[in-house]
Amino acid sequence: MSVISLDGVGRTVALPDGEVLRILTGVDLVVEAGEHIAVVGRSGSGKSTLLNLVGLLDRPTTGEYLLDGRPTAGMSGRRTAKLRGATFGFVFQQFNLLAGRSATDNVASPLFYGSSREFLGRRRTARAMLTRVGLGERLDTMPEKLSGGEQQRVALARSLVRRPRVLLADEPTGALDVDTGSAVMDVLEELVREDGTTLITITHDLAVAARADRRFRLDHGVLSPLSDAALQDAAADRSGT
Amino acid sequence: MGVLAAITEAWQEVRVHRVRVVLSLVGVFLAVFAMTTITAVGRMGAQMLQESSDRSQGRAATLQLDVYSSDGSSTVDAESMATLRAVVARHEIAWSSLTGSLQFPARFPGGTQVISGTIAEPRYGEMHRVQVLQGRWFTDADTDRFAPALVVDQQFADAVGGFDPASPPTVVLGGDTPVRATVVGVVDDRNTYSPSAWVLPGDVERWISADPAYGPAQLGMQVWVPDADAEQLQDVLQRELTASVPGGNVGVSRYDSGEELGVVNLVLAYGVRGIGVFALVLGGIGVLNVGLVTVRQRIREIGVRRSFGATSGRVFSAVLLESVCATAAAGALAVLLSVAIISNLPLSLVLPEGISLTDVPPYPWEAAVEGFVAATAIGALAGIVPAVMAVRAQVIDAIRY
Repeated sequence: MSVISLDGVGRTVALPDGEVLRILTGVDLVVEAGEHIAVVGRSGSGKSTLLNLVGLLDRPTTGEYLLDGRPTAGMSGRRTAKLRGATFGFVFQQFNLLAGRSATDNVASPLFYGSSREFLGRRRTARAMLTRVGLGERLDTMPEKLSGGEQQRVALARSLVRRPRVLLADEPTGALDVDTGSAVMDVLEELVREDGTTLITITHDLAVAARADRRFRLDHGVLSPLSDAALQDAAADRSGT
Repeated sequence: MGVLAAITEAWQEVRVHRVRVVLSLVGVFLAVFAMTTITAVGRMGAQMLQESSDRSQGRAATLQLDVYSSDGSSTVDAESMATLRAVVARHEIAWSSLTGSLQFPARFPGGTQVISGTIAEPRYGEMHRVQVLQGRWFTDADTDRFAPALVVDQQFADAVGGFDPASPPTVVLGGDTPVRATVVGVVDDRNTYSPSAWVLPGDVERWISADPAYGPAQLGMQVWVPDADAEQLQDVLQRELTASVPGGNVGVSRYDSGEELGVVNLVLAYGVRGIGVFALVLGGIGVLNVGLVTVRQRIREIGVRRSFGATSGRVFSAVLLESVCATAAAGALAVLLSVAIISNLPLSLVLPEGISLTDVPPYPWEAAVEGFVAATAIGALAGIVPAVMAVRAQVIDAIRY
């Protein structure tokens, strides 16, 4: 059974002048467990909105979203929040680490919303997770004392600490240089492979998209598959060759 | 476990933002400190007034029983003394003392002086909270002495050359029929400007003649009864004494100032509480203000927590508990500081000259609890608006930038 199934999903917002802005139109997407999906698109194409819908941070205005075969429409806010915490991990472009807290405290923070066992063992779990991402020596370091790559690895550890079944990465290398971004993606892919986690990456970095099992293009709110050939063409277009 | 996690999370927030939290809590801390400290000081002030009043007018409730002679004065005579004692015995009143005043000459080494005397019996000491500095107050054995016994104030003791318990000083009293009296104790009485002494009524009757220039000794009886029974007993004693004394020229009146002190205590309690509540509200507005600004600054953090699975209720309670934890901690610290200061207050340096406290009132724990609860409540009230704002924050906007 597919983990995520979007069927004709659309998202519109009403603008202050009364107009309706169409952000996503008729999105169909089926993601199987353990898959790595990449969605590329220009800024403003609706990538983040799509990720928010999938991550239950937002609701579609049209269409149907099935999570593990169950419809998500009509779920209470509380149930949605619980399901989000238990199912999804988020990696943000700007890391969004909590200031004033050590790397361990940051990674432990999602465990406040988990089960009693998760809460009570949060520091031990967090330290183990940081060790997995190669930051075993920086457990008590504050985020502002870490490099960009290290900060994103802390964010990565935090997103995976509750062992989510789906990891949603919104421009995970967007704030990093090429080498650091590539190293972070290596760690990310290794972790999700080990845990069998489904990975959905939103990016406009074609090199990052090329690492995915399947790729999609989002253009003006319309999602379409991106073939290897199209990916190479797009890369060539972007490099100007 | 969810509650524990919420409280732990709130406390973690307080620790992380300690500078902001400390600054926002200064008002609450000072308000609770002021409220509890002023209440404790007020309690001491009330006790000071109470003790001062007890010394001069007796403890609540003290009734004054007077039997007047035909010329309107209440004089010392065996018959009226017997009448008063009989009434007291009939009602099994445990605390009673014949009391009155007279002035008599005393021959000090430095010359003769007229002394203000207070007629008192052994029980008078407890009834009037008499503080003995040296020697002792009267005992029942003193009534059987072959010479008058005196309890004097410090000025009197100084006039006879000081008090030595091993060899109590003596002094000759009276004019035409002098008698040598023994000083048995020195008491604290800093409210008079001339030497004064306390004498037993039997000694006055037998040996001590009042100075004719100041008239005869005045006599009555004071009884110390339960406050609740005072009014009823006053009526009963008035009726019985009237029936016992030919001509019915008697008076029974409330002597202590319990009711007036009650008003003072009431004003003190409500005045202090009013000021405290006002200060606390101001402190709460400070917490609310900082809370509102902080929530705006922490929208992204709240969005990130939402992505972890935080429900609206959890976000609300986290922000609310943060405020509650902080103000509760400030309240507890303020109470501790207040207890430390009040418990170690050097009373002898603080109290005005001539005022002392026999029974230092304990720290008013109810005020401490009240202060702590008020601080926690103000934290809850001040935390509601920021908590609502946090819940209403747009998660997507919060985490995007």
